[in-house]
Amino acid sequence: MLKFLARRLLLLLLSAVCITFVIFFLTNLQPNLRKVAKFEAGSRISDAEVTSWLQKNGYDRPFAVRYGEWLGVVPGWTGTNDEGAPVGRCIHAGADPASAPRYCGILQGDWGTSSVFKDSVGKIVATRLGLTGILMFWVMVTMVPISLAIGILAGMREGSRLDRALSTLSIASTSTPEYVSGVVLIVLFASSMTGLKWFKGSAASAMDGITFENFFLPVATIALYGIGYIARMTRASMTEVMTAQYIRTARLKGVSFRNVVLRHALRNALIAPFTVIMLQFPWLLNGVVITETLFNYKGFGWTLVQAAGNNDIQLLLGCSVCAVFVVLVTQLISDIGYAFLNPRIRIG
Amino acid sequence: MSDTSTWDPSKPILEIENLSISFFTRLREIPAVMDFSCTVMPGEAMGLVGESGCGKSTVALAVMRDLGKNGRIVGGSIRFKGRDLTRMSDEDLRHIRGSEIAMIYQEPMASLNPAMRIGAQLAEVPMIHEGMAKDEAWALARQIVADVRLPDPDRILRAYPHQLSGGQQQRIVIAMALMSKPALLILDEPTTALDVTVEAGIVDLVKDLGAKYGTSMLFISHNLGLVLDVCDRLCVMYSGEAVETGAVADVFDRMQHPYTQALFRSIPLPGADKNARPLISIPGNFPLPHERPPGCNFGPRCSYFAKGLCDAAEVPMVRVAGHDRHDTRCLRVAEIDWQAAPAARAGQGRSEIGPVVLKMDDVKKYYEVSGGMFGGGARKVVKANETLSFEAHEGETLAIVGESGCGKSTFAKVLMGLETATSGRIMLYDRDIQNTPIEKRSTETVSGVQMVFQNPFDTLNPSMTVGRQIIRALEIFGQGKDDKERADRMLELLDVVKLPRAFAERMPRQLSGGQKQRVGIARAFAGGAKIVVADEPVSALDVSVQAAVTDLLMEIQRKNRTTLLFISHDLSIVRYLSDRVMVMYLGHVVELGTTDQVFAPPYHPYTEALLSAVPIADTRVEKKRIVLEGDIPSAMNPPPGCPFQTRCRWKARVSPAGLCEREMPPMRVLAGGHQIKCHLSDTELASMEPVIKIAAE
Repeated sequence: MLKFLARRLLLLLLSAVCITFVIFFLTNLQPNLRKVAKFEAGSRISDAEVTSWLQKNGYDRPFAVRYGEWLGVVPGWTGTNDEGAPVGRCIHAGADPASAPRYCGILQGDWGTSSVFKDSVGKIVATRLGLTGILMFWVMVTMVPISLAIGILAGMREGSRLDRALSTLSIASTSTPEYVSGVVLIVLFASSMTGLKWFKGSAASAMDGITFENFFLPVATIALYGIGYIARMTRASMTEVMTAQYIRTARLKGVSFRNVVLRHALRNALIAPFTVIMLQFPWLLNGVVITETLFNYKGFGWTLVQAAGNNDIQLLLGCSVCAVFVVLVTQLISDIGYAFLNPRIRIG
Repeated sequence: MSDTSTWDPSKPILEIENLSISFFTRLREIPAVMDFSCTVMPGEAMGLVGESGCGKSTVALAVMRDLGKNGRIVGGSIRFKGRDLTRMSDEDLRHIRGSEIAMIYQEPMASLNPAMRIGAQLAEVPMIHEGMAKDEAWALARQIVADVRLPDPDRILRAYPHQLSGGQQQRIVIAMALMSKPALLILDEPTTALDVTVEAGIVDLVKDLGAKYGTSMLFISHNLGLVLDVCDRLCVMYSGEAVETGAVADVFDRMQHPYTQALFRSIPLPGADKNARPLISIPGNFPLPHERPPGCNFGPRCSYFAKGLCDAAEVPMVRVAGHDRHDTRCLRVAEIDWQAAPAARAGQGRSEIGPVVLKMDDVKKYYEVSGGMFGGGARKVVKANETLSFEAHEGETLAIVGESGCGKSTFAKVLMGLETATSGRIMLYDRDIQNTPIEKRSTETVSGVQMVFQNPFDTLNPSMTVGRQIIRALEIFGQGKDDKERADRMLELLDVVKLPRAFAERMPRQLSGGQKQRVGIARAFAGGAKIVVADEPVSALDVSVQAAVTDLLMEIQRKNRTTLLFISHDLSIVRYLSDRVMVMYLGHVVELGTTDQVFAPPYHPYTEALLSAVPIADTRVEKKRIVLEGDIPSAMNPPPGCPFQTRCRWKARVSPAGLCEREMPPMRVLAGGHQIKCHLSDTELASMEPVIKIAAE
């Protein structure tokens, strides 16, 4: 088990390095850097000024070296500015250049500074991820039990009326994209059009304190899509299990239908949807982009949109590192959980 | 538990009367079982015999009232202890299932819940039916597990199904059926998925337990030999009907129905010989349920068919005079001379054995497997083949016999080039091919060494017509100059395997199992193969089809002088068609000789056990019963010394004692080139008695 964990952690680190390298490469392409220079130093500067700005800010050095600096395995660059004062990657504005550390990358906990929010990337990502985490938590809490229940109920008697009704429902919900269901929900429950106004159409106030009123709609929007999807998977798995020979064995042992479902079918039927549920975490991380923007909830997805829209390289990199870790860690958890559900798999 | 008070133990425990079962599809009603009657007395074992699709499993499931959504009992009654099961409520049925009627299934692995511990699955039965406390139920489970002769019951109760071997799983299924001491046990092909020596153990167990608990049995099988071993009475089914029913001795020796007779003539019994006394296959095909002929269902395939009589009206069951409860569904029963010998088929001259075409010299194949799930852990070596040496001649049939895990499939893979040998030499004519994987072999070598696979259902591409598949093989083998020539050659091949030319346009799903296997054979011979490896080519087929397919293989072999390497676990068929036999155990060749040498003493102790385990459907045969204890050791961790020493009953007679555990026995050459890998002395070997004796008539 420990060996397995160690190996998976190593794999996780390796993937993180690979992925950040790719993102670093893409965001640091020459045209993009020139855009950054114009953004920082004014959009009307000449090409020569752009080049000199890049040089002064340390962007002219080899790509590999800059990636090393960002990681924190190569000492940060130093130089002098127009006034002759020492500047460098690790010398923050207003700080004493003498006491600045030699290395400053993500390994040292320095994630850089966001050019949009004028704040340290580490801090931004942590708060935003926290907010999204709360959203994801509530989505999972509503989505998983409801979808499993629907799937099991639909799958235990294939072709029954209950099955057909629930299957239709889940197909409908999973084929409605969030930007449609979100708008529809807002119109129905939070606008003066129907006059219901049960919930709030904006979740901005939820960042300070969650209430049922301000949080229900974003959670419902995301969960609706996922419910249909997981329910379909669970139903497929359940119908297959219900036709298995060991279910017949159980039935012919005299086990009641209720116990056939609960004791014999359930655990086997959950093996396949479990993987799907764990795959929902990375999906949620992306899925929240639309919903957070729609409901003006300033979480991780919203931040990602801001970073991408404003060419904020440091913030983008920070977000990607986080996303990679969330994906890999949930998959690790999923592998371990899978082994518990399925005794045929043993982690060694 | 139930009201047994109203039931008199001298009455039948199960009485099925004129039972008819149909399956309903959107298109039509498909009758699966018609007018089926049978009676099982307390303590009696009733065999239900027939080919696949004859409705025997449907009868069993009808007794359990578990026919699924589409199946329905449309007529007749099933009385269990006097109570009609067809009219019983679901709740009442639930009390009977598992407690009074229990069932044992064909595939033990599939019928155990993979995510529940064995103990929980066993203990559930008394907990449901007798309201037993959990501890008590587990204690009972432990006792029953010991009863079905499983070692280390405590470990087994805590295990999951996948941690047990196939034989152990089947014992667990049996234990589960016995948990509440049922009055009737239904066994649906309980040993079909198991090896012969394991099967012998299971059959012994079932018989003993039946005697011990006085349980009645409904034993469903396609294997007449097994039925002879286990049952008191049997019922032969054909196409949804019972055609003959009676005491085992009567039906076996004084059969009164043409189908029963044809069935017996198509199975290789001792004395059958491929040249002098070939098997007689049943002509034609099994009718589909909605295409049954008028009158007698067997009519179109029957050699006693009388037009105007047999196809006039439904044939009723009639009692045979002078026999004990012996019924047959034949109108001409009195007119047919049942003892007449079958019309002798022209025997074939023995074909000449030619020069050596394939020579294997000390071939070894080891696999390295990693211990853990993700490639870590200690590396282990699986010795799949060890020191494999033999020669195969032109026009010869060499049978390779052994149970699962003995390395016979690995051998086939190495020969075909799907794997390369770890060491040793494989000479095909004068070429070394041991290190040449199949991609690098010349077209000539590839088309010269071909394979006929075990399962014809999986080995044909389901989305390609039969003709296209054969043409594809011809293309790969570089046969024919253009498409036209290849198409002609394909039609000729269909003629060779005796399929109508119209089949070229058919899809594999439109073919029956035997027909598919013929296509497989046509494909293998498309490039004029000189060596054909037939990996259990008939084991997935029904008995009546087996004979025809075997016959076809023999005929093509005679014509093409092909070397046939016939891999099988079925010793009856091996004895019938092979010239030489090679017995394998745990990767080693333990015995090699001509068919007569291997089937007569002296034996290798393993061959002896194997022979005794094979059920033979002949009442005249007397067999010595040798049941091997335990399972085949893992090839990953073979025992020291002789591979068979852990299960050998002759081990004590080897001197000095302990030699078997220390040293691998050498391959000894006895008289006539008969080779045996054993430490036993010549006098001990000479003292061996034949396992199978045919009683004097």
